[in-house]
Amino acid sequence: MIPASFEYRRAGSIDEAVELLGSDPDAKLLAGGHSLIPMLRLRFARPGLLVDVDRLDDLRYVRRDGDRIAIGALTRHAQVAQDAVLRESCALLADAASHVGDPQVRHRGTIGGSIAHADPLGDLGTVLLTLDADAVAVGPDGERTIPLREFFKGRFQTALGPQEMLTELRVPAVDAGAYLKHVRRSQDWATVGVAVARVDGRVQVGLTAMGMTPLRAEAVEEALAGGATSAEAAARAGEGTAPESDSSASGEYRAHLAHVLVRRALDELAGV
Amino acid sequence: MMQVSIVVNGERREAEVEPRQLLVYFLREQLGLTGTNVGCDTSSCGACTALLDGESVKSCTLLAVQADGREVTTIEGLANDGELHPVQQAFQDAHALQCGYCTPGFVMASVSLLAENPRPTEDEIRQALEGNLCRCTGYHNIVKAVRIAAETA
Repeated sequence: MIPASFEYRRAGSIDEAVELLGSDPDAKLLAGGHSLIPMLRLRFARPGLLVDVDRLDDLRYVRRDGDRIAIGALTRHAQVAQDAVLRESCALLADAASHVGDPQVRHRGTIGGSIAHADPLGDLGTVLLTLDADAVAVGPDGERTIPLREFFKGRFQTALGPQEMLTELRVPAVDAGAYLKHVRRSQDWATVGVAVARVDGRVQVGLTAMGMTPLRAEAVEEALAGGATSAEAAARAGEGTAPESDSSASGEYRAHLAHVLVRRALDELAGV
Repeated sequence: MMQVSIVVNGERREAEVEPRQLLVYFLREQLGLTGTNVGCDTSSCGACTALLDGESVKSCTLLAVQADGREVTTIEGLANDGELHPVQQAFQDAHALQCGYCTPGFVMASVSLLAENPRPTEDEIRQALEGNLCRCTGYHNIVKAVRIAAETA
């Protein structure tokens, strides 16, 4: 399977990438390419211009920034998985990154590319949403910060404008957390994934593959804040969700899995 | 067309490629290095695994232009003066293949693993090879081969 033809330009800076995005209405950014190239090959995506930003090595970093941890958008999954700062202060993100795809995918795929692609089955979006992370994007009018709660707009749809580039993600240090994912086979996308994190004493819970975007399990969070046990709170995991049926699971089974995985994740959190 | 310059198995190769040219077809069709196989063509099976700057990648999910200026190693680049690389030798010794189609990919993924983790446990080996599929069900001996390679390297 060969992609359809496209123009290719390599951006030497963020500003150049933004400018190139403005030069063609069908332009798309290329980072590690591990979401986009499979779609190009299947011809689900047929951009007129690919703007390659993968040489912008300045955007590969993890560093403490005040009370948050800043992660460059082009940081590869393998780096996120092994990063000492994240391992110490936000281990669930490192752990989730260590289970994205397989080693070859993690050598290439980037956290920013994964988030901007906004696949509803992706793991990292759920973790970042659960953490109330912020996304930083640069466009023709400069830089802006987008809370993750406002970032995902639908399946493969985000708040990023056509000429905006995601440059950084900011996450809080967490007291404890976990990401559990159910897969039918190694390397599969999540049938359902559950992120839990204790941030400033409050328990936050997110769900993968329970709707068109990553979701917060708000009913579970409210129950926990009201003093419910893990089992009582987990029983509300399906509230406000709309899991789809597909070849790997029925929506009903996904709702069941969400219940079970939320309970296990909360138990794991309580045991820490 | 784009001009690319890629060091493949230690030798600088200059070529004109279409931007949409995938690295695996560049290797196979433009350079004639057919040891890297195309399997699933969907980034799943790992038959096309090669090393980019020493790290395992699926060459069916990389554009040749993304490898411009970088170093690529394929299965043809492992043996040294006719002497098999320790991972290749271990695959032979442990009978870690049946039909052999997945073998170049498994060998390259194993080389990358041992570069990152020279003494992996059996569990770590299985985890590290999750991106490679063998349809002759030969995983047992593949894992054994990687253990032998780790011990002898």
